[in-house]
Amino acid sequence: MAGLATGALATTPLGAVFDLSGVPRYVHWHFFLMSVPNLLVIALMIVVFFVAILLPFPHRRAQP
Amino acid sequence: MSVGETPRERSWTARVRTRAEGALPPEKLLPDKQPAYVASWIYVFGALTIAALLSIVVSGMILGLKGPSWWHVTGIGRFFNGIHLWSVEIFFFAMVVHLWGKFWMGAWRGGRSGTWVVGAITFLISIAAAFTGYLSQQNFDAQWISTQAKDGLNAVGIGAFFNVTNFGQMYTFHVILLPVAVIALTAWHVLLVRRHGVVSPYVRALEAQAPAGAPASGDGQPAERA
Repeated sequence: MAGLATGALATTPLGAVFDLSGVPRYVHWHFFLMSVPNLLVIALMIVVFFVAILLPFPHRRAQP
Repeated sequence: MSVGETPRERSWTARVRTRAEGALPPEKLLPDKQPAYVASWIYVFGALTIAALLSIVVSGMILGLKGPSWWHVTGIGRFFNGIHLWSVEIFFFAMVVHLWGKFWMGAWRGGRSGTWVVGAITFLISIAAAFTGYLSQQNFDAQWISTQAKDGLNAVGIGAFFNVTNFGQMYTFHVILLPVAVIALTAWHVLLVRRHGVVSPYVRALEAQAPAGAPASGDGQPAERA
């Protein structure tokens, strides 16, 4: 997996952990080519999916 | 039309009303109870998708009324442009998680195939609506994307049916035709969910289908309402 390091650095301490405003970095592996921001969103969707399944829902009433 | 019907009952409005009331009685259209298994975060993402769609429509109407010089240059215009963009991001994020959840639930079981198909078509049309949004930005980014898209559409043989480099055509698709289709299909999707109910988990469906040792089909018929 090789990344193309062309992204601009965040200019302020309060800037995003991942700078999504500059030129994006890309992950390129054989036929697979995807920008890091898109990859992060997909990873976040997978995390949210499993959290939504596993996290108890509040105010659950005791019902059969 | 049966023999005993009065002229009033034969009218198309009466027949539509009777059929609508039969398909979606008020207690189904606006239920105040749901099955116990709906108390899970995975069931939240459909409603979250609709909330994002509402935000997209409202911010999009404001952008359309004010115009590109407003959304590109002024601070408040850029703010609403950002609201529109991030609403779309949340819309697709929530819709994909909703799609994954329904896929692994087998949400087409129990006569719900229509609900699944309408949802899938809505997803596809939403992608087209988002792509035409890229073309409606009125900047160099939109010009670049339109030429790239034209090459791609020509390559797959459908470039003659519409012209992605024609701003007026793409803007009409983006602000009228595709949003109307997405909103109408979303409404139909929700009505189908109301009519057929939320699909039960596989385990609950198997228990409901096999009360006396009979083989279970697991077709997702609604379990008893909580």
